Amino acid sequence: MALFEARGLHKRFGAQVVLEEINLAFEAGQLSGIMGPNGAGKTTCFNVLTGRYKPDRGSVRFDGADITGMAPHRIVARGISRSFQIMNLFDEYSALDNVVIALPQVRARGFSVTHALDADTDARDRAEAVLDRVGLKGRERVNVRSLSYGERRALEIGVALATEPRLLFVDEPTAGLGTGATARLAELIRELKRHTTIVMIEHDMRFLFSLADRISVIHWGQVIAEGTPEELRENPWVRRSNLGGLA
Amino acid sequence: MEDDTKQTTAWLTAPILLSYALFGTLPFWIEAVGLYHYLGAEILIWVIFALGYNLLLGYTGLPSFGHGAFLGIGAYAFGLAQFEVWPNLWFCLAAAVVVTGLFGAATALFLSHRRGIYFALMTIAFGQIYFFIASKWTDVTHGEDGLLNIARLPVTLGPVELPTAGNVEFYYLCFAVYAVLVVVLWRLTNSPYGRVLRAIKQNETRVAFVGYPVTLYKWSVFTLSCAVAGLAGGLFAMAQEGAYINVMSLQWSGIIVLMVLIGGGFVSFWGPVLGVVLYFVARDVLGAYTETWLLWFGLMFMALVMFKPQGLAGIWQDLVRRTASRRRRLPAPATEAEG
Repeated sequence: MALFEARGLHKRFGAQVVLEEINLAFEAGQLSGIMGPNGAGKTTCFNVLTGRYKPDRGSVRFDGADITGMAPHRIVARGISRSFQIMNLFDEYSALDNVVIALPQVRARGFSVTHALDADTDARDRAEAVLDRVGLKGRERVNVRSLSYGERRALEIGVALATEPRLLFVDEPTAGLGTGATARLAELIRELKRHTTIVMIEHDMRFLFSLADRISVIHWGQVIAEGTPEELRENPWVRRSNLGGLA
Repeated sequence: MEDDTKQTTAWLTAPILLSYALFGTLPFWIEAVGLYHYLGAEILIWVIFALGYNLLLGYTGLPSFGHGAFLGIGAYAFGLAQFEVWPNLWFCLAAAVVVTGLFGAATALFLSHRRGIYFALMTIAFGQIYFFIASKWTDVTHGEDGLLNIARLPVTLGPVELPTAGNVEFYYLCFAVYAVLVVVLWRLTNSPYGRVLRAIKQNETRVAFVGYPVTLYKWSVFTLSCAVAGLAGGLFAMAQEGAYINVMSLQWSGIIVLMVLIGGGFVSFWGPVLGVVLYFVARDVLGAYTETWLLWFGLMFMALVMFKPQGLAGIWQDLVRRTASRRRRLPAPATEAEG
């Protein structure tokens, strides 16, 4: 059985149906990609899968348990984490503190009024290790607002990673990145893939096709095609919608 | 708070000790500068209220525009506990804290899942509800007349009994409460809990997505802030020797926001203290010259909001940073100790 499974998801905002009927399954240990044209409902789909929105119909199961409509913090506690397309960081905090607050051991003491976080070397070491993984070594003490765009994108993933997820959702990680930064990001995701199951929305087809094990194509609020990158290159739907752009 | 995320592990810091020195000696010099002892007590009571209020506004970014109601509830609770149950200082103060905390907890149930303008509007609504209940439920609150003849209860410590009837004696009771509370709140804001609150202010959504039950945090900080307001309210009832409805009005709820903002509650733990002191000194000093002092104070507020929204504490931090960088001929580091 798949690690994560969505069945018959339906979501509307007022009169507008954004997700018509979404069926998805993500296998443990794989990187699953989601692609589709602008406005196809990819980000809404992510928001429903990670608890930001409740679906109007349908169900979401993770690791055998029903997590449909669960609050985000409960979903995180079960081992799912996500990064955001539009950056969602703590702007007054340093890179290190952005990561520290996301660590499960810090979260477990969130209501503590006596624990001295700055004397917590274990939390700091772990947070530094996360920053090292995402390529921000040496930038720990820098305020988020002083980081470059590319660094903030890396930190965006670092914060999601710090929650120690079993399943990581990544929303358009390459958005706004230049070629050099995109190449570094590909390295990072290839490395993360070895330990974590990943689901990634991505516009950059070359990027996605080089990393994904399986890809789902979403259009008009439905999954219109699903398969390995090789299968999808040949898929008439993908070719006709000119989503591939790889031929 | 703005640039730095450095949290201190110290219980007593230089600013806390400085505040002890200033407030601790206040009765000895306040008359020499042309002011009076009662003003000192008034300032400390509002400082306590403002520090508690800033947990919400400055730390969590939750604007409550109805907080005066909780100061009032604390005052009534103190008076009623004194008249109806047991005229003991500790008991009555505890009653003020607990009753106000319970009102806060109940109110927060309706507020804690709201954000921004909806949160603010709901606080106004609740503030008004409590105001009207207090004005109409005359059997309990005596309406517009207020709850009169609340006594300044003596401090009982075992066999020792210290009177608080005089203004200097009462001032030192307020100072003792302040001295303890400021350390508690300082530790609270520098704890993991305080860090989560500040994260909520910056990005509520992300806090939820790294696994924190944001609603529960907002509920708890609202309740806590109300409990502190209740403590201030209990002291206020003793100061005024009565509990009156006017502090529960929208106007007084606005004044606490104004004090905290003008002092710089958004950027410093000490912002509320500066703001309260400025407000009362302005009231008495400007007020001696002109009846329209509030107009001038309001204009000052507008100027600050327009040119330096970080308030007095922000101006102070700029000065410190500038002198520090001049001394070292280097730009100030991004992280320095919170002041």
